[in-house]
Amino acid sequence: MASTEAPAPRPPAESQDLAGLEAGLDALDSVQIKRTPFTQVLLHKVLPPVLAVLLVVAVWKVLVLAGVTDDYKLPDPSAVWDSLTELWVQGTLLDIIWTSVSRGLLGFLAALAIGTPLGLLVARVRFVRAALGPILSGLQSLPSVAWVPAAVIWLGITDSAMYAVILLGAVPSIANGLVSGIDHVPPLYLRAGRTMGATGARGAWHILLPAALPGYIAGLKQGWAFSWRSLMAAELIASSPDLGLGLGQFLENARTDSDMPGVLLGIILILFVGIAIDLIVFSPLERRVLRVRGLAAAGGR
Amino acid sequence: MSPALTTDKAGPAEVADDAPAAVRIDHVHKSFGRPGAAQPVLDDITLSVRPGEFVCLLGASGCGKSTLLNLVAGLDRPTAGTIEVPGGRPALMFQEHALFPWLTAGRNVELALRLRGVPRAARRPEAERLLELVRLGGAYGKRVHELSGGMRQRVALARALAQDSRLLLMDEPFAALDAITRDVLHHELTRIWSETRLSVLFVTHNVREAVRLAERVVLLSSRPGRVAREWAVDIPQPRRIEDAAVADLSVEITEELRKEIRRHGQH
Repeated sequence: MASTEAPAPRPPAESQDLAGLEAGLDALDSVQIKRTPFTQVLLHKVLPPVLAVLLVVAVWKVLVLAGVTDDYKLPDPSAVWDSLTELWVQGTLLDIIWTSVSRGLLGFLAALAIGTPLGLLVARVRFVRAALGPILSGLQSLPSVAWVPAAVIWLGITDSAMYAVILLGAVPSIANGLVSGIDHVPPLYLRAGRTMGATGARGAWHILLPAALPGYIAGLKQGWAFSWRSLMAAELIASSPDLGLGLGQFLENARTDSDMPGVLLGIILILFVGIAIDLIVFSPLERRVLRVRGLAAAGGR
Repeated sequence: MSPALTTDKAGPAEVADDAPAAVRIDHVHKSFGRPGAAQPVLDDITLSVRPGEFVCLLGASGCGKSTLLNLVAGLDRPTAGTIEVPGGRPALMFQEHALFPWLTAGRNVELALRLRGVPRAARRPEAERLLELVRLGGAYGKRVHELSGGMRQRVALARALAQDSRLLLMDEPFAALDAITRDVLHHELTRIWSETRLSVLFVTHNVREAVRLAERVVLLSSRPGRVAREWAVDIPQPRRIEDAAVADLSVEITEELRKEIRRHGQH
């Protein structure tokens, strides 16, 4: 403090002054995150799709009342509802749904276990990428229904054939999602990681994989959609009494019985399950990952 | 009139004392491109930073100052010459905060501790202490996107300090901040540097920032980068960017920088 240099040491008040300035800057620039109130969610997220469904049913009812076509081609919405309650009363509704959902989820998990290491290899090993990258992208645009005849010849009309079709549909999506997730990791993160000593496997675990997570989850979402689609195609084409009754078989049975309410119910149930799994599993997961990173607004406004 | 002592040496300073340097850059060359058609970026750089010294590397665009920092950080290898960092892997701060958005502010600091091998139980208190040091005691659970630009750079500084390296490399860390925030961060950096006695190698193109912060300012020429001249800054800390002494020396250094830049227009 006893310095004889030209500018005298500043009083400690200045340090306090700067601390105050700093606190002001922090308060001014920080982003305030507000949660959307529940009623807002109800009003802006739940109400519009419910209204849309009601509108579709109303149009349907009007078409039936106007008698645009024969009753066996376009049954009354209430007939479809009756098929639904009938299934419920028989106690088979949940069994049918569960047969398909359990196949779909099990197949999806297997696709996850295969697609993830495959995606890592393609993303990180140049030779593997050159060899498999184009094939994986190509497979994505091949409708997995095309695999059903081959799977049936190889494996017969069995659960294995179903799983084979699911895998061929979902593995490329999951692997490609991870590859694009890794490709889009900002190089700055990798450089920062390396200066902190995160190289090799530690770098992959602490930096590369978490950074690639948004792309990976987008791949999972698409992988699920492909799993479900492939499974329904396989169940429709390769239906056999030996297999448990799933939604695809239910739909196919309704067709052979010329049971149009049953056919419509089958379509609606397949759509419903696909949407429900996405809403229950994948959308919350994706939203959470994006929100944590500040990549998505907290509420839909 | 200027209180700064100017060493009028045109060449690189020789390392006189035998004390181990925090970093010793010895006749380093760096070129990019194919052999034969290689573009030299750094040409015969010799520079040392003493333990506890704050050195600013100053230069116009294309002088290779970021390249030099990458070499010291071990992210790239010199074409010729040697770089010794006796204290082990240096910490590096970028112009962008480079914080990981999937972790909270506190977890970002903890990751550096974890990669350094700090046991789990000790990580949280140490991360809190480091955030306290950059005056962000309450920010442990904050997400990166919830923080302002200045706060992000302070978390990045805390994370760099968590590496417990004796050498801190800074690559224009405050260039993207507004003037008042930058001023506050200059103050914080000076305070932390004087508390920790770290060696700092700070790259900037801002002459006043260099004079505000450094004990020694090294001017690099451009294309290829060479050490053009250096100044010892003998103005006592804490300085302010608007101090007359800072301004006087800045004018002198800016004049040299202009000369360096003008040379490129002549051929």
